[in-house]
Amino acid sequence: MFRCILLLGIMVATSAPAAAVVSIFACEPEWAALAQEVGRELVEATSATTAMQDPHHIQARPSLIARMRRADLVICTGAGLETGWLPLLLRRANNPQVQPGQPGYLEAASAVSLLDRPQRLDRAEGDIHAQGNPHIQMNPNNLTAVAKLLAQRLSIIDPDKARQYQTNLDGFLSRWQLAIDRWEQAAAPLKGMTLVVQHRSWVYLSHWLGLERVATIEPKPGIPPGSGDLARLVAQMERQPADAILYAAYQDDRGVTWLSEHTGIVGVELPFTVGGSEVAQDLFGLFDDTLNKLLAVAP
Amino acid sequence: MYIRRVVIVLLGAVSGSTVTASELTEIDLLRDELSEIRQAYEARIQALEDRIESLQHAPEKSVAVTDVAIPEAAAVQEKPGDFNPSIGVVLVGTAAGFSPDNEFAVPGFMPGEEAGQGEDGFSVGESEINAKANIDDRFFGNFTLAVADEDGSTEVELEEAWFETLALPHGLKLRGGRFFSGIGYRNQFHRHADDFVDRSLPYRVFLNGQYLDDGIQARWLAPTDLFVEVGAEWLRGAKFPAGGSGHDGKGAWSLFGRAGGDIGVSHSWQAGLSWLSARAKDRDSGDGDNFDGDVDLALLDGVWKWAPSGNPYRNNFKLEGALFWQNQDGVFTPDSGGALDYDEDQWGGYLKGVYQFMPQWRAGMRYAWVDTDDPGSAFTGTSLDTLGVSPKIYTAMLDWSHSEFSRLRLQYSRDDSDVKAVDRFYLQYIMSLGAHGAHQF
Repeated sequence: MFRCILLLGIMVATSAPAAAVVSIFACEPEWAALAQEVGRELVEATSATTAMQDPHHIQARPSLIARMRRADLVICTGAGLETGWLPLLLRRANNPQVQPGQPGYLEAASAVSLLDRPQRLDRAEGDIHAQGNPHIQMNPNNLTAVAKLLAQRLSIIDPDKARQYQTNLDGFLSRWQLAIDRWEQAAAPLKGMTLVVQHRSWVYLSHWLGLERVATIEPKPGIPPGSGDLARLVAQMERQPADAILYAAYQDDRGVTWLSEHTGIVGVELPFTVGGSEVAQDLFGLFDDTLNKLLAVAP
Repeated sequence: MYIRRVVIVLLGAVSGSTVTASELTEIDLLRDELSEIRQAYEARIQALEDRIESLQHAPEKSVAVTDVAIPEAAAVQEKPGDFNPSIGVVLVGTAAGFSPDNEFAVPGFMPGEEAGQGEDGFSVGESEINAKANIDDRFFGNFTLAVADEDGSTEVELEEAWFETLALPHGLKLRGGRFFSGIGYRNQFHRHADDFVDRSLPYRVFLNGQYLDDGIQARWLAPTDLFVEVGAEWLRGAKFPAGGSGHDGKGAWSLFGRAGGDIGVSHSWQAGLSWLSARAKDRDSGDGDNFDGDVDLALLDGVWKWAPSGNPYRNNFKLEGALFWQNQDGVFTPDSGGALDYDEDQWGGYLKGVYQFMPQWRAGMRYAWVDTDDPGSAFTGTSLDTLGVSPKIYTAMLDWSHSEFSRLRLQYSRDDSDVKAVDRFYLQYIMSLGAHGAHQF
């Protein structure tokens, strides 16, 4: 009995310093990775989704509710990407610290200008997002902006360590900017490359590197292609072949495979986020791998 | 100001030769002033160019944390609708064929008015309109009206009208108003979120499809890795299985707890145990039967979901089940008259599986049953006479969703809940307009 109490005492004592670590709930792996870069040992970031999951279609699972209950900071893409599950999680998690409007709630999309804002808001256009395309992580410059905002929020939540967050941010951004310069140089041959995409996941990547989307396999965002859609794509590719077909690791590759077989255009699976491939185990690997895979099929 | 002086200087220069000495000194002054301004501007331009240069070519340079440029939204005039709550409309309709089309009855049980499994033929079933929004930074509000046809007339029913807290500390939440009781897993779902056209037999028999009532609810979420939530409710007791708003309009209370989590990345689960204690005061059931007494109900349920790598897009599976126990202790007055003392236990349960075998397509099976103690010969000829029936229903369904917002469903039930079995065919549509629905687990 006494040993039990002693053990419990030790557990409580050893768990106390752990509470000082800022617990970060990220909706997507890229934000968990970014939070870990900016927070380093001062934070513990976990992602609600993996690179194999579609961030549009997540359910408010019990494990996520429990995790958000104890979070000090929630960082999500926002811009409607998690509209089906994040509001419900926020309500179920009973955590006043991370409600919208609090420093503990951060929408990454609020730090950047969104592209692809729909001209017409109508569900007949598919599962579109009113504020613009939310897949912002595929332009590394967007991550720079989000990193700064994140460091600012961490300094508010954990003011004693503000200086350290600043140092971490400076360190990360200097490495990140060097990498961006390197990527931009390496990606020069990709300029003007024409693409067919499964879903409009690559708007920011295309904008950054000067790629050109000529067709989308999904007839409307969120709607799988039918045989008619694929036949039309084949006809289009016969007239004007694209250089590659892009799809994210989590996306259904059947349409891509079929189109690739019928047009001879190579399909390229890109990681899309951290954990999406063997190489993409951190943010640097994400872009290294993405560029290498694109360069391998560049015209 | 400066521009005007510059213009004067220029005019002076153009008008040229005829200038006096005093004008000359003024021109000199203005020239000096102009050159000062020019220098100041040039210095500022140079400083800005240097800053751009340094930002472009010196990545090592730190950027102050507080110096974050957040793009400002375009200044748009606030419109009257900007603060409107998010509004969602769900359209549900069925075409049903029952063979034979008997009056709904489950021998040995006292089901409520809405325990049936829909109308024969075409009907719009239950369509609803929902509005929800944050009220302020402390409260959230939700309002749902359901429209249903009952006996030829269209009735609007207030389904939900509640507020809840957003910012209570320690994982607490309070809710007040009219809401779906927190008991059971399935009870909190709107009907249009179900996997089958009709609710399972025990839900219909014991809870009238779904227990909702007016009152207050408190919930607490434990700060643990494992999801653990407990809650309690104190309710009016106006709705089945309560009735008549007993105990001065505080006729029902409930306790519930649930736990859940993930197993690996592909599996997740939730299990719960609930208790409902209700006072049924002159509660009508069936055709003029009446019950007055206490109802206790226990409900044990669980759900398990699977999706490869947690990605449900192509394939996923859901297994859901529940066990019910109920005791009703009071006085039963059948249609024919004559009060009878009644104190019996009843049981029930269901098990269902729904499998998405390809994108957009799901198939499901369900088995549901209820069972009761025989109340004895005094009840012969009343609706509580079991007639030797052990009620059970087998159901199969197939549904197709073009997008997240539309669903068409085909369902067949072999209904063995009455003396004579009934075949039930359904074709159903569920269409969501407006606000994006929540992906409830």
